[in-house]
Amino acid sequence: MFRSSHRTRLAVGLVTALALAGCSAGQTTTSPDVGPGGVRTDVIIAVALEPVNLDFTTTSGAAIPQLLMNNVYETLVKIDQDGGIVPLLATSWEMSDDGTEYTFHLRRGVTFSDGRPFTSADVVASFDRVQTHWIRSQLTLPMAVVDHTEALDDYTVRVTLHRPSNEWLFSIGTLLGAIFPAEIDFDKMTEAIGTGPYVVAERQQGDRIVLTGREDHWAGPAPLRQVTFRYITDPTAAVNALRAGDVDMLLTTGDRIAPLSNANFQVIEGTSNGEVLLSFNNRIAPFDDLRVRQAFAYAIDREAVMEVASGGFGTLLGAMVPPTDPFFEDLSGMFPFDPDRARELLAEAGYGERDAGLEPLRIAFDVPNIGYATTSAELIVSHLADVGVNATIRILEFPLWLDQVFNRHDFQMSIVMHIEARDLMTVLQPNYYLGFDNSVVGPLAAAADAGSFEEYVEGMREVARLIAAEVPGLVLCLSPNLIVADPALTGIKPNAVTESLDLTALSWTK
Amino acid sequence: MAWLAGQLVATLAIASLLVFWVLRVLPGDAATVALGMNATPEALATWRAEHGTDRPLIVQYGEWMAGLFRGDFGRSFLTGNDLTPLVLDRVQVTLILVGLSLALALAIAIPLGTLAAIKHRSLWGVVITGGSQLGVAIPNFLVGVLLVSFVSVRLDWLPAGGWVPPAVSLTEFLRHVTLPVIALGTVQAAIITRYVRSAVLEVMREDFLRTARAGGLTYGQALMRHGLRNAGVPIITVIGVQISAMLIGAVVVERVFVVHGLGSLLVDSAQNRDLQAVQSIVLLLVALVVVINFIVDLLYTLLDPRLRLAGSVV
Repeated sequence: MFRSSHRTRLAVGLVTALALAGCSAGQTTTSPDVGPGGVRTDVIIAVALEPVNLDFTTTSGAAIPQLLMNNVYETLVKIDQDGGIVPLLATSWEMSDDGTEYTFHLRRGVTFSDGRPFTSADVVASFDRVQTHWIRSQLTLPMAVVDHTEALDDYTVRVTLHRPSNEWLFSIGTLLGAIFPAEIDFDKMTEAIGTGPYVVAERQQGDRIVLTGREDHWAGPAPLRQVTFRYITDPTAAVNALRAGDVDMLLTTGDRIAPLSNANFQVIEGTSNGEVLLSFNNRIAPFDDLRVRQAFAYAIDREAVMEVASGGFGTLLGAMVPPTDPFFEDLSGMFPFDPDRARELLAEAGYGERDAGLEPLRIAFDVPNIGYATTSAELIVSHLADVGVNATIRILEFPLWLDQVFNRHDFQMSIVMHIEARDLMTVLQPNYYLGFDNSVVGPLAAAADAGSFEEYVEGMREVARLIAAEVPGLVLCLSPNLIVADPALTGIKPNAVTESLDLTALSWTK
Repeated sequence: MAWLAGQLVATLAIASLLVFWVLRVLPGDAATVALGMNATPEALATWRAEHGTDRPLIVQYGEWMAGLFRGDFGRSFLTGNDLTPLVLDRVQVTLILVGLSLALALAIAIPLGTLAAIKHRSLWGVVITGGSQLGVAIPNFLVGVLLVSFVSVRLDWLPAGGWVPPAVSLTEFLRHVTLPVIALGTVQAAIITRYVRSAVLEVMREDFLRTARAGGLTYGQALMRHGLRNAGVPIITVIGVQISAMLIGAVVVERVFVVHGLGSLLVDSAQNRDLQAVQSIVLLLVALVVVINFIVDLLYTLLDPRLRLAGSVV
């Protein structure tokens, strides 16, 4: 043993020598950017997923809008921390009585980061382009209700919809409503020109993206001169970077909080749109039987799963509706943890021990190789074993999972997080991998969307209740939005209500 | 020479075929990964047409090869960017990391290994042998994690990760490169120490060394003049093998220290099914290993005149 300590001393000696060499040269690059009053004006944020380019209109994934929305690109309306719709580039708007015409009054004195003034022509072009230039996916569907967009004058825009839609107004507060200059004379893959308080100044692929604050933003100069997103894939390395002071703020997962909570950091927990779903293939046995799906809901102790998968952080849900949605209702108690009830339901469906004249239930459990999925899966299997279900885990690399489970629907049970906002009905499309028959709830949801706001909320609550009872998949929990940061940082938005990591209020108190 | 060069080309040709076809057999579709879970079939088809992944494999292979001959790795499926500058940038990082680690490993291993051989009966010999045994047993990512938690987090002496190119700031470069080099280098040092020790021990038992001693040289002088050169051939062989191992070991160390080298690019590209990037990086790694072996072969002939003669006969 003492041999190893000898080696350590040798290594430490070498490190000291190099560290001293580093200090004596008077290095300045690590010294923080300090503004008037000695308050820092730069922030370094560690994030796991790096944008592959800057164009979310042709490239999917959460990383690009996380960086750009609200910070670089703005929208007519903004989704606030409680899920409400508030003015941003539009100062006000009116809806016609039949709900098919929206008239937006635009904010004056707004400029794009290259100096171009923002007018109604930019809105018309941006909304039109969603139909003509974006990659078409389930996510652009809310914009399909737009019939046409017209400029009434430089600062008034009228949008006519095919039919009334509550979802639409929400959707233009997400990336779908991002306002680009009318004439896009730059490469969206490598440049971003928006009306937001920050601009993309530097991009080192594989390492970092640096935003700098605009002095000429319509709401006043950006509170920070520089925001650096450092992309650190390995969660342990990210935690170490925070503890070593290399970064000021970290987006992380619940299982990483323990070593940080006793250190001098602020831990902020908010909600996200990421529902962790234990998905069933509703097309095939045994999950074409409602009793089996309900039995699984009773058999699994979701609180214990949340404890293991995310250190107890998160929210238990009954349906894929996070608390920031207007039609949220606490349905988490619909199927309490009750192994006896699970066994009864399974026996009714004909599954159980062979001695009792029943058929033992064996299922394949295809799990993508993602942290939360693999850790939850182990515990779920043991809970299922308690009620006599023999589930075998097969770990799949994520691209393989996409191919086999998601595209070819070749699976019985799986687990994955669905991160999009308001994705309840998307996930329940009959051609989606769950294969859920939405012939009952589909029309109900469409009617709710076309009604008044009150009808929308009531209607969607009804839909969520019906879906929760059908258990097309079991919502294990709502993933928390967890931020660990230097205690002197203020203006951190706890809830991730859209894809955006909203930095518009972020600043230092000292 | 010509023989070795021919060998190099043949190895690369076979490797390129293997890499290309094996990757095509992998399940998982780059288009789905790039466009995400909600893309429509039409969008996927457009993507495949744009990126040429719907063309016959033989055509794709031909284009890749033609590009390589022009020094062009092609475009990344995912980012749409040219891979050539990216890969060259990353390979630089990895080569610097591996080069410095190797220098550290040799600076530790050669004196310690020789000492362990000379003093193999004394306490020192036992201590070094035991220490190197321990070093061989510890994986380099563990050394990395320990270094970070102790030197960076506890003592706050050096950054926990990241990379600053030497051209940007030499002192920052040194501050960032120290821990990864220690993590990668010390483990290699332990392995190489063991080979140096046994090679030197072997030589010490040779008749010619006894003759040299009989001629009046001290043990040290005999070893310096006749011993080390003869111990050199097996040591060079091991170093060649270890450099290849370090190129791979760097993948893990790069991950721990958030160094964006070739290894992390390879892992990310494989996860995203960016086959264009994966095949180019793998081939580049194969080329590096082949070149290293080539250099090792050259060094043999320098160290040992007998091999030079044998080579000319063949």
